[in-house]
Amino acid sequence: MKPFDYVRPATVAEAVAAAAQPGATYLAAGTNLLDLMKGGVSRPDRLVDLTHLEGLDAIERLADGGLRIGALVSNADLAHDPEFAKSYPVVAEALLSGASAQLRNAATVGGNLLQRTRCAYFYDTASRCNKRDAGSGCDARGGENRTHAVLGWSENCIATHPSDFCVPLVALGAIVEIEGKNGRREIALDELHRLPGDTPERDSALEHGDLIVAVRLPPAARGFAAHARYLKVRERTSYAFAMVSAAAALRIENGKISEARLALGGVAAKPWRARAAEDVLRGVAPTADVFQEAAWRALTDAKPSGDNAFKIALARRIVVRALTLAAAGTPARMPALPASPFASTSGAIHA
Amino acid sequence: MNHSISLTVNGARREFVLDDPRVTLLDLLRERLHLTGTKKGCDRGQCGACTILVDGKRINSCLALAISHDGANIVTIEGVARGDQLHPVQAAFIAHDGFQCGFCTPGQIMSAIGMMREAQAGSDPERIRECMSGNLCRCGAYAGIVDAVLEAQAGMDESNQRRSA
Repeated sequence: MKPFDYVRPATVAEAVAAAAQPGATYLAAGTNLLDLMKGGVSRPDRLVDLTHLEGLDAIERLADGGLRIGALVSNADLAHDPEFAKSYPVVAEALLSGASAQLRNAATVGGNLLQRTRCAYFYDTASRCNKRDAGSGCDARGGENRTHAVLGWSENCIATHPSDFCVPLVALGAIVEIEGKNGRREIALDELHRLPGDTPERDSALEHGDLIVAVRLPPAARGFAAHARYLKVRERTSYAFAMVSAAAALRIENGKISEARLALGGVAAKPWRARAAEDVLRGVAPTADVFQEAAWRALTDAKPSGDNAFKIALARRIVVRALTLAAAGTPARMPALPASPFASTSGAIHA
Repeated sequence: MNHSISLTVNGARREFVLDDPRVTLLDLLRERLHLTGTKKGCDRGQCGACTILVDGKRINSCLALAISHDGANIVTIEGVARGDQLHPVQAAFIAHDGFQCGFCTPGQIMSAIGMMREAQAGSDPERIRECMSGNLCRCGAYAGIVDAVLEAQAGMDESNQRRSA
């Protein structure tokens, strides 16, 4: 690991100032960053340790019915917060389907959003990777790429964003609060992660030194609690990143879907909100046919980036099944295997 | 630049001067305190052999910088027995052959203790497997590990009942 200098600011303002210099990066739990530093993938000159900052680890219910989650809340504390799990079950299920219990105990909300891709060529410093080393090329494009992107990719980069947490968050319209050198601003989570285009080295819309301080769920996000599921297909049942995942959240009134939210994970460089599919679902009865139509719409623009055409078919099936599960109703208890299609309580007919 | 930190390790308060901020909790425990029960398996957060409790919660000590945990309360495998009296999870691992080569065992035991504190698995073997998925066992002693955790959990439930009766 390259040597770095370590600073521990006492306030958010001090942190932002300390991170202004080139080569500085923020340290939260470090579950992704230290791994990247040990592999020589990330080589910061300075770590600005956020873990001792006050006031970033609260879960606050807002007067307008929204929720504000501090950036330093751990993934486990958020998922196991009873009020949170009751109001946003699809987010809790996604959180509990990610990583391992040890990692969830440490990993933070802000860190989860900003975790880097798990593309093996990004991790392997002997490979060419435009994300790690801008302009060097992409060895994934002609390499082992069955897990790579099928939406929004470019010839420069076919990596996916690995987060489970972000998938239901983007479906529910989460907002990210950012502290930067010009003060506080906020953006939709859907605007945070960037598609690769010609600049895959930039994962997000953040500027150097920007600090995520909180994630907010708008008041409407609470309205989906009765019909919301996260479903995740992976190469083993636990402790693995998504091959494809889907978050489906419905509001059902008088037998019809009054509003639908749908997002996909593991398919693109960002959590993929499927708005065209949501439009198909609005105002109709929740039937298998309409779910098939929604799944088709969600993947209309998909194309394989390598040996991964199967992911498109898989994603359609996962969308149908997640919608079917959501329509059947959020289970009273978290399934024994969160988000797993093999859970004994997964319940749904096979899509 | 030197950094001073203080940690409570298995009940004893310890002061350290770090001449390099790159030291992980895992390396500090093994190299500075010679507490080698905590194992370095993958050193990348994938195997769980380095699991310890930090402020009561199980984490991977290989992905935790010591300097960032100034003031933390740490429990390792060396700190769970009371003298010659094994921790109930340790005893259950022996009773159920919850290991073969033993390398992953300290991490498995610390993870199981952390899991029981989290109270998310109860006595459901499927939940125990899910909640213990961050600990790999190359020997494949998983069946014994699940049985050991089930027994330890049952023992804890029973003693809690006795206490509340």
